Amino acid sequence: MSHFMDRLKFFTTKREPFSGGHGVLIEDDRKWEDGYRNRWRFDKIVRSTHGVNCTGSCSWKIYVKNGLVAFETQQTDYPRTRPDLPNHEPRGCQRGASYSWYLYSPHRIKYPMIRSRLLEIYRTERASGKDPVEAWAAIQQDAEKRRRYTAVRGLGGFVRTEWEEVTEIIAAANIHTIKAHGPDRIAGFSPIPAMSMISYAAGARYLDLIGGVPLSFYDWYCDLPPSSPQVWGEQTDVPESADWYNSTYIIVAGTNLPMTRTPDAHFYSEVRYKGTKVVAVAPDYAEYVKFADLWMPARAGTDAALFMAMGHVVLKEFYVDRPEPYFLDYARRFTDLPMQVLLRKVGKQTYVSDRFLRASDFAGELGQENNPEWKTVVYDSRSGGFVCPNGSIGFRWGEHGKWNLLPRDAASAQEIEAELSCAGHHDATAEVLFPHFATGEKDMLSRLVPVRKLKLANGEEALVASTLDLLIAQYGVDRGLGGDNVASSYEDAEVPYTPAWQEGITGVPRADVLRTAREFADNAAKTHGKSMVIVGAGTNHWYHNDMNYRSIINLVHLCGCVGQSGGGWAHYVGQEALRPQAGWVPITFALDWYRPARQMAGTSFFYLHTDQWRYERVDADDLLTSTAKGKYRGHSLVDYNVVAERMGWLPSAPHFNRNPLDLYEEAAKAGKRSEGEVGAYVAEQLKSGALQFASEDPDNPVNWPRNLFVWRGNLIGTSAKGHEYFLKHLLGAQNGVFGDGQEGRASREIKWRDKAPIGKLDLMVDINFRLNSTGAYSDIILPTATWYEKNDLNTTDMHPFIHPLGEAVNPGWESRSDWQIFKTIAQAFSVLAEKHLGTRTDLLATPLMHDTPAELGQATEIRDWKRGECEPIPGKTMPHIKLVVRDYDNTYRKFTALGPKLLELGNGIKGDQWDTRAEYESLVELNGPVKEEGISKGMPSLGEDIAVCNAILALSPETNGEVAHKAWKSVEHESGLSLTHLCDDRRGDKFTFADLQVQPRKVITSPTWSGIMSEEVSYNAAYVNIHEAIPHRTLTGRGHFYVDHEWMLDFGEGFCAYRPPLDMKATKGVSPAILKEPHLVLNWLTPHSKWGIHSTYNDNLRMLNLFRGGPVVWIAEEDARTIGLHDNDWVEAINVNGATMARAVLSQRVPRGVAIMYHAQEKTINVPGSPTTGKRGGILNSVTKVVVKPTHMIGGYAQLSYGMNYYGPVGSQRDEHVIIRRIPDQQIDWLERPLTPEREAALNPPGVY
Amino acid sequence: MKVRAQFALVFNLDKCIGCHTCSVTCKNVWTNRKGAEYMWFNNVESKPGVGYPKEWENQSKWQGGWKKKNGKLTLRQGGKVKELINIFANPDLPEMGDYYQPFTFDYNHLVSAPLSEAAPTARPLSQIDGAVMDKVSWGPNWEDDLAGEFAKRSQDSNFDRIQKEVYADFEHTFHFYLPRMCNHCLNPACVAACPSGAIYKREEDGIVLVDQDRCRGWRMCVSACPYKKVYFNWESGKSEKCIGCYPRVESGLPTVCSETCVGRIRSNGIILYDADRISDAAGKDAVEDIYQAHLDIFLDPNDPEVIAQAYRDGVPDSWVKAAQESPIYRMAVDWKIAFPLHPEFRTLPMVWYVPPLSPVQSQMEKGNLPMGPDGVIPQVENLRIPLRYLANLFTAGQEAPVAAALRKLIAMRSYERSIHVEGKADARVLAAAGLSEEQAKEMWQLLSIANYEDRFVIPTSHQEVKIDDPYALQGQNGISFGNTSSEGESTTSLFPQRRKGAVEPVQPLQFFPRGKRA
Repeated sequence: MSHFMDRLKFFTTKREPFSGGHGVLIEDDRKWEDGYRNRWRFDKIVRSTHGVNCTGSCSWKIYVKNGLVAFETQQTDYPRTRPDLPNHEPRGCQRGASYSWYLYSPHRIKYPMIRSRLLEIYRTERASGKDPVEAWAAIQQDAEKRRRYTAVRGLGGFVRTEWEEVTEIIAAANIHTIKAHGPDRIAGFSPIPAMSMISYAAGARYLDLIGGVPLSFYDWYCDLPPSSPQVWGEQTDVPESADWYNSTYIIVAGTNLPMTRTPDAHFYSEVRYKGTKVVAVAPDYAEYVKFADLWMPARAGTDAALFMAMGHVVLKEFYVDRPEPYFLDYARRFTDLPMQVLLRKVGKQTYVSDRFLRASDFAGELGQENNPEWKTVVYDSRSGGFVCPNGSIGFRWGEHGKWNLLPRDAASAQEIEAELSCAGHHDATAEVLFPHFATGEKDMLSRLVPVRKLKLANGEEALVASTLDLLIAQYGVDRGLGGDNVASSYEDAEVPYTPAWQEGITGVPRADVLRTAREFADNAAKTHGKSMVIVGAGTNHWYHNDMNYRSIINLVHLCGCVGQSGGGWAHYVGQEALRPQAGWVPITFALDWYRPARQMAGTSFFYLHTDQWRYERVDADDLLTSTAKGKYRGHSLVDYNVVAERMGWLPSAPHFNRNPLDLYEEAAKAGKRSEGEVGAYVAEQLKSGALQFASEDPDNPVNWPRNLFVWRGNLIGTSAKGHEYFLKHLLGAQNGVFGDGQEGRASREIKWRDKAPIGKLDLMVDINFRLNSTGAYSDIILPTATWYEKNDLNTTDMHPFIHPLGEAVNPGWESRSDWQIFKTIAQAFSVLAEKHLGTRTDLLATPLMHDTPAELGQATEIRDWKRGECEPIPGKTMPHIKLVVRDYDNTYRKFTALGPKLLELGNGIKGDQWDTRAEYESLVELNGPVKEEGISKGMPSLGEDIAVCNAILALSPETNGEVAHKAWKSVEHESGLSLTHLCDDRRGDKFTFADLQVQPRKVITSPTWSGIMSEEVSYNAAYVNIHEAIPHRTLTGRGHFYVDHEWMLDFGEGFCAYRPPLDMKATKGVSPAILKEPHLVLNWLTPHSKWGIHSTYNDNLRMLNLFRGGPVVWIAEEDARTIGLHDNDWVEAINVNGATMARAVLSQRVPRGVAIMYHAQEKTINVPGSPTTGKRGGILNSVTKVVVKPTHMIGGYAQLSYGMNYYGPVGSQRDEHVIIRRIPDQQIDWLERPLTPEREAALNPPGVY
Repeated sequence: MKVRAQFALVFNLDKCIGCHTCSVTCKNVWTNRKGAEYMWFNNVESKPGVGYPKEWENQSKWQGGWKKKNGKLTLRQGGKVKELINIFANPDLPEMGDYYQPFTFDYNHLVSAPLSEAAPTARPLSQIDGAVMDKVSWGPNWEDDLAGEFAKRSQDSNFDRIQKEVYADFEHTFHFYLPRMCNHCLNPACVAACPSGAIYKREEDGIVLVDQDRCRGWRMCVSACPYKKVYFNWESGKSEKCIGCYPRVESGLPTVCSETCVGRIRSNGIILYDADRISDAAGKDAVEDIYQAHLDIFLDPNDPEVIAQAYRDGVPDSWVKAAQESPIYRMAVDWKIAFPLHPEFRTLPMVWYVPPLSPVQSQMEKGNLPMGPDGVIPQVENLRIPLRYLANLFTAGQEAPVAAALRKLIAMRSYERSIHVEGKADARVLAAAGLSEEQAKEMWQLLSIANYEDRFVIPTSHQEVKIDDPYALQGQNGISFGNTSSEGESTTSLFPQRRKGAVEPVQPLQFFPRGKRA
């Protein structure tokens, strides 16, 4: 309308017809077009990204217009790949593109917020003259005052406050907790640091400075594949997505690449044009099936059966019938297949496989003086005898130069050829029993195995077999020895692991499995390993995830694919690659000031402290094999955790039923002052029973965690498996728990308390940019800067670049970056600490860590000091006992300066060490020295976010070529190999934050990672193991088909076996009234979602508009029909853990028998009340409960040693079943009335007391 | 011959991952404002499904596009006379239920809720009137990933002449995505239908625009567009549609949806065509002939005669060069692997599509997998998506051209496999599909490597030639004291009330500074 009048005057219009008069050319004023042009105009573009837990690590252009962030689009300026490989642009998905909506959304956290009832009580105490710490203590000592604010958690009622006051309250709570209970009662939860590593570091650094406890997340999420450490001693290392393009045969199983690896998916679609075949294994017609040539719709949770059958085909055709030279050579050098395994007699004529044969089993120890019990043995076909080859874990510690995979006898340095099979030369044939778990089939399968006889050092005669000979038997392949339980043909459905057998379990036609196995192996043989299996949550989120994965890893190992570009095992769920880890770790865990740091396994922590162990319906004995040594038969699952903590296998926090500061003082009073003396004192106290682990009595108020920080995550709304148990026991809030929790009585290691604790936490603090469930249940919410308002670093394993988050606009309203927030808290803390704490000595109990000499714990037999089988020896049979002197009033100064330990002790990672003085000194220049008087004066400043980024970049091999050189030198020393060539072309490279703002940079090859950064090959895991002969950090130094720890054998998982989904028994006990009405019993699947990255974006208007505007559950049309359910009807999912409400999506693409509720849809958006609980509807985790697996608790045993987020129990949730029923629209209650006293008292669902 | 240059796009459906990033970035830039909530200049549909708005493809319901009447091309909704009769009550106009009630949520409630009986939740609110909605019951992508009962989704008119019940069960599921934007047609029905003459196709690049000054909100374009890609802004009272991102394209950048397409399925480029043959092509008697006729009016940019005429018709040199390097021309004309969407609508759309491959269907029945000569990659005949379905989308039901295109994709794969797995090129399979080795390599480069500069070949707009005084505009450009950069007189901007009156209520959080009682 604006130029309408002008246009009336514009009479020069020219009309020129064309196409026979059908078209007319009009010449007219087109100035109105500037209207849209002005929308496109902007003031600046800033490079940033999203610090969300997706591992996308996409660089974005943030457009600022008139001082506001207007929108964002992806950067397209990544350094380019090779000409025959697609490039990385653009990276970024629909979710990331929606982020700018959050900056100005109506649920942005703009100011510090606090629960009004708490503020009221606190101000009253302060007004009465108490100082902040006294005021907090007064509240905690009064049960009613405490209840007043804890019981209304989650019910609204926040008010705005000021930074100064709110940080005072937090500091006071922390100090009171340290004094009264111990610093190990202050915990923090923040996930996946690689996505915004400075922000993660902020909270962890604060916690570790005060002695608090960062909790692990990767294992808790069940994204950690325990199979990876079991097989390779590696947390997780995977190919970058570009490496998919180097593959010529890809099977995708349980990872929805277009949906969850959105920016990477193009490599998956594009590689097909290179002639690569794609096979999809998926229970539903998932998005990734669209790109496949073949869909194998295996029933949910049965992948292991399918992949074992493929392994059967490969073993038969490529190992037994027509041995493939490439495969055999690979197996001999890089896997444990030639390693010799002792057989243990379990019947008159029957055996089971036992532990690996060790050098120490031989008279003369095969020439090994150092750690002979940690050195495994092969049969050398050249010399015709047993030899101890280089590379096992015994060579890693206590000597140098033989920790490598060169095919040599360590004693003579002679070249050897390890024999894979003794068949044909065998001394005898043994009948070996293999554990078997398929429902309705025999539990032990006897098969014939060719064996050798030998005399051990102790004079006994023993039978040994190679791992390969045992494996062939385990897979049911007949190699001409005959006997029971081997297949006569692929059609033999009676014999486990044939293609015909798996058909009955998975539903996938045998012919498809047979053809795919052949093609996969044939492709690998022709290309030397370019066959790949891509896996993820759909395979890993099950209780027996390690079996699912090992069935797949076995296949890629058998085909020589691991460590080859374009091949191997590619795990994508929750994995990350914090590339500059070596520089990040000391800053994050404050190792520049104090060593060691306190850490805790998230799963153990939550299983214990949300009291889910009290409701455990799974009996550990049911999981043991009948031939188990079974020393702990009768123990419940939680008991194994207690045992693992006391043996130093798992960490513990809180450690003991004593304040660690007080415990040290007790020891000091008893005259014990050195670390050794105090350790001995603690051991003695434990042995006598005077001191207990906190986990032995977790419901005693003495042992509760008291303060919890959550930042960068949404613990309650996303990752609280057993959400309702969190609400009930940890938070003391309204909850939907139906169970009575009497199962825990069966525990043998835990003191039973009839009354379960309600509301263990005194204070929960959430740091957030929006209000989600974690904020809703917190007492304090601090406003944090969004990802477009701060400076930080971001990396991933999906591509080789490092790039920044950038401050496009200043933090909105009163928000601050996480670094600045914890700096502020540290400041408030220091002021109050001067009076209340001063300098104290903290006593830490830390586990036997992976990549330290302590991983050589108990080699051949497990002895438990508590059972009197050995003495408690810190660092060997129980945790290390360490002392740290904390000058609490210097917390702020320490937080903001790079501490002197890096100068004194150097830096390192994964057991490698190097001097880092030069980098430290360069940071004094780059960041500027601290100017304030005091302990940190002159040290490199860490006051500002960019300074922290620069410190990490300077200290890390990946971002400083000189450090890379030093790091590789260290590995050279250990291994005796020549390795610096891997990074020397980059030796002069050094990145600063400013460099990264210009363009993402490709990182430098470093020994932190098992792949290389090269112009010739893409990044793939295990590359340096296969191509540079660096051992895997495992017992044998090779990739493992067999894991010989006593507990692994007890639970039947020495070899991989198919284990069906676990019966969680959660639908038993649901009210008969509900079961009388039409309902479905469905397997509750919670895959990652299209419209969110966990809970982020699930509440984003853009994403909600693009699907159905709130939580939904997908159900098969056919199932729905049986209960009269229609699309978009409300449904309730119920089991004994709780209930949740959502709308139903009916679809033909969903198989019968499952309900798919995509991950992290919260009750904050469009969720009514649940008729059954009477509470707000619930979330996806309202019907789940975590169940721990004892084999994940093993420690002090080479690759089975604890590392935070590295090995430890995982929180699986996919075996769960629910009752689904329809709720008519007219029965929907939105529960929006004000709180009444009656309602406030009704914490539990109706009928639960 | 009248040579025109058209800015055109190809979407490779075989690579589409259905992520909707295109929709989101487009919305953030262009339709994130009041009155435009339900406007998705770009949307992505899950097929089979009825799409957005509901059943847009069913022209017996909506009367969009053109028809052939008495040997003449006329708008299906009727000519000028009928249009005038219907101008105040257009019977073919979709209503809100055909789109959806645009919704937001009461987000602020989460922050400001007082103590309540249960955990606060943000309930859906209508973005039209701010009222609480009991239930969200439709949206712009309701059928994502085959959501919804088959009986409803199979109202999809592409099931025409298919025994669709066969495809209703789990085992026979098939699925692909169809991203859609304005087709910037050569024969746009919206332009013809506008009573105000407000819609025009730009001479220089063929982008179709609704002049926001001239539009009077009659909405005849909304019903005339068979793709339902013109939307009525209920706030401004004017129609709006995809603008082909002309502010970017003029500067040589791809459209927002194309650059941000993380599946890298979108190509942008120039194609030369003979504007004098539009009515012939759109007016073929048999709808089956329109696809070929549409192809036939594209001009060979390397033909000296075409080049000479192009210069005479004012096409700049760099545009001719862009046409010669055009990814669009290669896919549509050289290789014939891309197709127009519903040629039977007779608008000659200029967003073309490479059809998708799919997993084999027959393995369920046969228990084995029919493969091509390489022994590994399955053949066209066994693909899961019915050819007829694709033909109904792209070629007015003719299966042969679609099958030929899919065969070429498979032949390229097979050829490349022979190189990468067997170590020696086997070109036999190419000849059978009608491809040369050179073409197969070029196809692989464009579809698989798909570099930015290969996907997007976009010349700049040559304003320096079009404007009398570029030197003066260089300094004046963008300066506006109340008037934008034009000499127009009004002070109002295009979207004067952006976000004012957003329906989400905002309660300030109660604030008790220190020293006061909470």
